Amino acid sequence: MTLPATTEDQIAAAVASAVAAREPVHVQGNGTKAGLLRPVQAARTISTAGLSGITLYAPKELIISARAGTPMPEIEATLTEAGQYMIAEPPDLSALLGATGKPQTLGGVVATNLSGPRRVARGAIRDHVMGIRAINGRAELIRSGGRVLKNVTGLDLCKLFTGSYGTLGVITEITLKVLPAAEATGTLVLPGLDAAAGIAAMSAALGSPFDVSAAAWLPAEAVAAMPALDGVSGSAALIRIEEFADSVTYRIGRLRDQFAVPGAVTLGTEASRSVWRDIRDVRPLAPHAQDAVWRVSVRPSAGAKVIDALRPLGAAGFLDWGGGLVWLAGPADAATHLRVEAAARAVGGTWTLLRAPDTLRATVRVIPDEPPALARITREVKAAMDPAGIFNPGRLYADL
Amino acid sequence: MIRQPDPKPDVMRRRDSIVAGLRKLLPESGVIAEPLRLKPYETDGLTAYRQVPLAVALPETTEQVAAILRFCHQNGVRIVPRGAGTSLSGGALPLEDGIVLGMMRMKKILDIDFADRCATVQAGVTNIGITNAVSANNFFYAPDPSSQLACMIGGNVGMNSGGPHCLKYGVTANNLLGLKIVTIEGEIIDIGGAHLDSAGYDWLGLLTGSEGQLAVVTEVTVRILHGPEGARAMLAAFKSNEIAGAAVDAIISSGVIPVALEFMDRPAIHACEEFAHAGYPLDAEAMLIIEVEGSVTEQDILLEKLSDICRRFDPISIRVSQSPEESLAIWKGRKAAFGAVGRISPDYLCMDGTIPTSRLPEVLRRTQEMAAAVNLQVANIFHAGDGNLHPLIMYDANDPASLHKAEVLGADLLKLCVEVGGCLTGEHGVGVEKRDLMHVQFEPHELEQQRRIKSAFDPEWLLNPSKVFPLAEPAVAAAVLPQAA
Ligand SMILES: Cc1cc2nc3c(=O)[nH]c(=O)nc-3n(C[C@H](O)[C@H](O)[C@H](O)COP(=O)(O)OP(=O)(O)OC[C@H]3O[C@@H](n4cnc5c(N)ncnc54)[C@H](O)[C@@H]3O)c2cc1C
Repeated sequence: MTLPATTEDQIAAAVASAVAAREPVHVQGNGTKAGLLRPVQAARTISTAGLSGITLYAPKELIISARAGTPMPEIEATLTEAGQYMIAEPPDLSALLGATGKPQTLGGVVATNLSGPRRVARGAIRDHVMGIRAINGRAELIRSGGRVLKNVTGLDLCKLFTGSYGTLGVITEITLKVLPAAEATGTLVLPGLDAAAGIAAMSAALGSPFDVSAAAWLPAEAVAAMPALDGVSGSAALIRIEEFADSVTYRIGRLRDQFAVPGAVTLGTEASRSVWRDIRDVRPLAPHAQDAVWRVSVRPSAGAKVIDALRPLGAAGFLDWGGGLVWLAGPADAATHLRVEAAARAVGGTWTLLRAPDTLRATVRVIPDEPPALARITREVKAAMDPAGIFNPGRLYADL
Repeated sequence: MIRQPDPKPDVMRRRDSIVAGLRKLLPESGVIAEPLRLKPYETDGLTAYRQVPLAVALPETTEQVAAILRFCHQNGVRIVPRGAGTSLSGGALPLEDGIVLGMMRMKKILDIDFADRCATVQAGVTNIGITNAVSANNFFYAPDPSSQLACMIGGNVGMNSGGPHCLKYGVTANNLLGLKIVTIEGEIIDIGGAHLDSAGYDWLGLLTGSEGQLAVVTEVTVRILHGPEGARAMLAAFKSNEIAGAAVDAIISSGVIPVALEFMDRPAIHACEEFAHAGYPLDAEAMLIIEVEGSVTEQDILLEKLSDICRRFDPISIRVSQSPEESLAIWKGRKAAFGAVGRISPDYLCMDGTIPTSRLPEVLRRTQEMAAAVNLQVANIFHAGDGNLHPLIMYDANDPASLHKAEVLGADLLKLCVEVGGCLTGEHGVGVEKRDLMHVQFEPHELEQQRRIKSAFDPEWLLNPSKVFPLAEPAVAAAVLPQAA
């Protein structure tokens, strides 16, 4: 049963009715991310797709508010028109997860806290959620934060809701911090570097005074597949600067001199946008249609180790966030998954099984288990928000 | 006047055995119980309120913190975690029946990793201590509260502190990677690490700004950044707050986000100039300090763009720094602002609301009207780019009526912030100071929701219990604190 809702009150009523019936609810927007993490078994669905529209946009205050079901393309178009952008550069994962014919919603992006290449320099979605409205498991409207850029009034439930995959409540409206888009974008492409050498270059770039806004490493097959990288051969590290045009030229020049890598190429604004959109949307893994996909977050210097550990199993991968974000595609079986877990654990990192058949998703740890003391707090906080335990049961952890 | 919960009679009776129990857990010098030596802990940066604690415990290791919390949990003893005690909202104000858990002995830098751009330090390391530890390599830790020489990273996490450079670099929450925490049961838990964005709930985010109410932080892993090639400041003076506010709007709309954008009104300019002799324009009604970063050429271009914008607003003067020394001089007055105001009036309340920046002129005008109506002086020094206001209300602590008037005005100003779409606190936290105003911003069921989350961590409400939330039963919370001498 899907309950159509176009207002916050209707969402609250739908929650109240599910609580009264003691029936679990699958919370979603347009369902573009239903394939992430664990599958949810629920008698009811509450969708925020009908709860749509930008409710406030104050470019001078760097703030935009929109209802949870607002399609991301609508938000992005509105921001672009005013010369601004979503700071965390959230991905559109349809190349990976399959297009549903519907756009992803703002609520879905916030509920999954998925951030793109700019995350390494400018923060994740969770860093830019300034305010949230959500219906909790008591069918009450809960507000946290607001519409201002600095706010430490009370517990920061914005952070708690962001990335909670709909397990704590139904997010109905979100206020985000936005920024003016840079006048120009430039990318320094350093060819011929393997993953370890690429990470060394990216660390030097991210640790330079030039305010690098993204740094990724691509294997040869990914480089070859990107039209904007035509003429570059072999694997390559990519370093992005977003600034006023003069600064882009100056900073890319300084970095190019510093690295002195033969065959280095500089991409202009258009080519840079295309390359980084592909990286953001995980296009390099699109050819691996039959594989499972993992997203592993580690300290940047450990990124190459994770790729190396999985290569013998036939996994392919590329690196974002200066080496700290490892994207992997490999055989969709439990053995490979356990190797991913082990590789992430060995370097103190974390993983998310992003795409896999339901049978695999339902049987492995799609994200790491928490230590017992923290798992207890997780259960208590979940109960504090959703006492009847109706929201997205099993989505994050089998027993939650 | 602020209310504290009634001390638990059984805890007060067991004071000696509690102190003896703590002494078994810590080295000799780690427990303070003599009245005279407890005195330095009786207040924090909000000096209007004072309370001597039951005892003070000064751990040096995470294991000692765990042992103390386990002991307190078993014995029903309340705990107030304390860093440097610079909180301006009374966040570290002790309880009569509670111990103060002082983190100042946990001041080791544990790890610095320039390649991975992170550092792990104990909670008692000062904010500036982190930057000092990495500055030889031209790295720094970005959030820069004005109290950075004294305040500690654990306290910064407690309050989610900000500073002038947060316009570009973000506040504490945006610069953390990991925490080591100890729960009230004495369990040690690692949150996050040296990587970004752990899966699962965002505990790092929830704990930041939780004012010592969820857990005790013993170690912090922060992001460190390489400094820019250079930085330079400019100063622009205007004929009214409205005009300066409009200039702020124009700057943000232009696509140039400066690293810092600070606003001072006339009383603040005069106080700071008299104190620091920074060469501020005394004929101005409002003044902006703007800082940009980059190479010298980049700075020149940005400062020229910003000067052009300011020139459209009929400025009284524009002064673009020509050297690092001149930039320092421009910042000198701003950095000395609290001391400067302290010279005109030894006692002041530093408020901390945030408003939508479009409402700046109106809020500044109403602030002066409201202050004039009750015959108090207010100086405004604040982070204009993000709308975080710091009205400094001057009063005379020797005159109880004056303190009372200042408190009422402070509360009214914060209500004004909420009324125009803002919030009660941008970076100083709720503490005890704004606790009883929480209902202005939140509905009762929303506060109840937050309370339930606190209970999930600390079911018996032993961790810093009298802060943030209005005391549950006002009748029980009877004791009125003696006020500052
Ligand atoms: C002159 C002056 C200027 C200031 N300027 C700024 C500014 O620019 N920006 C700004 O944001 N603030 C500012 N402040 C406020 C204050 O310095 C900050 O709130 C600071 O972060 C407090 O750090 P502290 O170490 O003094 O913590 P304390 O005041 O000791 O404690 C602050 C809170 O954190 C809790 N806490 C402390 N340590 C821990 C721990 N290890 N684990 C769990 N909880 C803990 C305490 O219980 C308390 O609730 C200023 C204060 C002064 C006096």
